[in-house]
Amino acid sequence: MISCSTALGLLLSSPADLTPMHQRQRIVAIAGAALVALFVFELVRRRKLREEYSWVWVATAVVVSVLALNQPLLLDLTRWIGAASSASTLFFGAIVFLIGLCIQFSIRLSRLTLRQRTLAQRMALLEEEVRELRRQGRRERAPAEPRRRAEQDEVA
Amino acid sequence: MPRSTVLVIPAYRESGRVGDVVRAARRCQPDVDVLVVDDGSPDATSLEAQAAGARVVRHPFNLGYGAALHSGYCAALRSGYDQVLQMDADGQHDPEMLGPLLRALDDGADIALGSRYLDGRAPRSSLARRVGTRLFAWIASRWLGARITDPTSGFQGLSRRALDSVVNDSFPEDYPDTDVLVQHHRRGLEVREVPVVMHERIGGVSMHRGARIAYYGYKMLVTLLLMPVRRPTPLRVADSVARAS
Repeated sequence: MISCSTALGLLLSSPADLTPMHQRQRIVAIAGAALVALFVFELVRRRKLREEYSWVWVATAVVVSVLALNQPLLLDLTRWIGAASSASTLFFGAIVFLIGLCIQFSIRLSRLTLRQRTLAQRMALLEEEVRELRRQGRRERAPAEPRRRAEQDEVA
Repeated sequence: MPRSTVLVIPAYRESGRVGDVVRAARRCQPDVDVLVVDDGSPDATSLEAQAAGARVVRHPFNLGYGAALHSGYCAALRSGYDQVLQMDADGQHDPEMLGPLLRALDDGADIALGSRYLDGRAPRSSLARRVGTRLFAWIASRWLGARITDPTSGFQGLSRRALDSVVNDSFPEDYPDTDVLVQHHRRGLEVREVPVVMHERIGGVSMHRGARIAYYGYKMLVTLLLMPVRRPTPLRVADSVARAS
């Protein structure tokens, strides 16, 4: 069993070979995040994506950009999670966000499925009731028509 | 006063069979109204059912066996029936056996569950299905404290109390069997098995086939495991299909 103080020590200790992100890695990360954010904004502009579904994407892009720009913060985070390099911390963070996004979608899908099922069932029941009422209406009207004709005949 | 009863028959792609099933049921139980729930079949299922003298509720698209049953229960509740019978549209369930189910309801049972295994003349089925049935029969028997041999049976009778219990938005939309029996038991309803004769299906496709059997096992285990701690559905209206109109 590792004691609490040992665990804390492990968390705070820095791996000796921890290096800041390479310049090219930073540029790729920032450019990728900017492209994703721009694409998401364009989808919102074209009304192909609702604002409520866009925010997690934009948040992911912002967090990736901030970490790529702020090297000390990224190094601290790398030490804290015990990753081998700062680049893997950055992309690990992005993957965590994307998993969050997938879970959010699954929740929305489950809710939509339930609502859609309820609407379809309610519609089916109402349709059947309308059909039944129409049938009853026709049945009630049917004997009335010959009577009207009989009255007309009498007047005539 | 005699109790009003409706027979709910969920049907999907049962053209060529459902008409005969409805006619046979009406012949055996002339006092029972027949309601077919067509679960969005692309064929003539609803037309044939209607021509055979059934009321037909038609889903706009396929929602699943459980949802079709649930719609039938909701229609029964909205129409004020005192008890509900249910059977499949594929000809497996013998309408002669509706009588014993009704007698069990008259005798005080809340759920009369038609079992093909009680008299030992069950139709053939795949190994996976037999293993699944055994497993869930064992779970249901342990949970209910009574011997349950056929928890997957869709040949049932429900009292008014049981109808009130199944009309809720949490009713499973795909495979309503062991979990529903356990739910009935948790609500204090009495489940009683009745021996019935079941035939081989005349045609069409079974919903318990291939990879679906594996999903069925997974889904049922998760549902049963979470049942004691699960929240109601998030629609917030307890049975929004049946009562809101």
